[in-house]
Amino acid sequence: MRPKTDIVAVASSGGHWQQLLLATQTLRLTRSVLYVTTKPELLAQAGIENGRTVLDCNRDTLGKMVKSIFQCLSIILVHRPAVVISTGAAPGIICLAAGRLIGAHTIWIDSFANVEKLSMSGKIARYVANTWLTQWEHLSTARGPTYAGELL
Amino acid sequence: MIIVSVGTQLPFDRLIRMVDDLAPSLHDKAFAQTGRGVYVPKNIEWKADVPAKEFDALLSGASVLVAHAGIGTVLKADQYGKPIILVPRKASLGEHRNDHQLATVSKLKGRPGIYVAEEQDELLRLLSDTDSLSRPSALDPPGRIRLQSHLEMIVNGAIGAAR
Repeated sequence: MRPKTDIVAVASSGGHWQQLLLATQTLRLTRSVLYVTTKPELLAQAGIENGRTVLDCNRDTLGKMVKSIFQCLSIILVHRPAVVISTGAAPGIICLAAGRLIGAHTIWIDSFANVEKLSMSGKIARYVANTWLTQWEHLSTARGPTYAGELL
Repeated sequence: MIIVSVGTQLPFDRLIRMVDDLAPSLHDKAFAQTGRGVYVPKNIEWKADVPAKEFDALLSGASVLVAHAGIGTVLKADQYGKPIILVPRKASLGEHRNDHQLATVSKLKGRPGIYVAEEQDELLRLLSDTDSLSRPSALDPPGRIRLQSHLEMIVNGAIGAAR
């Protein structure tokens, strides 16, 4: 059966979110995309009506992380997308991990801001992403991440 | 109007102070979003936080954006076709955890519509004649088109396999 949602696209606020919108600009035209971010006003600003928000978290905010994990898990389990895509940061990793549980194809695009090395979440992404991308050619290696262009 | 933005996560008083000091000698008026900073500007209008929609309205009427080297801010300037002057945060001054903003500007410097000012004199030179600043290209960069098509290919493959 065709999944209700083709793609769940996840990013926390700021540069991550703007990069996610650009990365999925063309996918949105032909696929059903459910956007997930950390601030409701970002969805409104981008004209997205059926998006979801989850708590932002990082390795220093354990309590928020637990709640964020439940929120991300429930979104992925309810919508059962074929693809999960994220540009960062922590909620993206959680959604990718949840995506692997349901057999979705998971895609990580490390932020353009990470010029000299991958971010902490970008390094963790190696273990949960089927497709692991950097936006800097000099950071790509034969064992990943892969470079396939940049958003800026 | 010169718009200054430092984002919401970390203070960047050095940038606000630079523009505030230069303001009396500039032709353009300036407005600063000061975020978590404690410095109170004397010569320019300012607000700690500006809601996203209001910021977009300000930016659409701006001559130039002066900002920390955040990717979100660079993309905003690009979206509105405005020149941007990037002032990178420095870890040595306690402005960020590391020097990734210096690395970002070294890669972006020289692109149409993107300028870099690390010191006040460079900022003064650029802000003295904002009409002469170039605008970002209206075309999507080739690297973006390439990445988008790569993603479409992967998604088509994944969705095809799932059915």
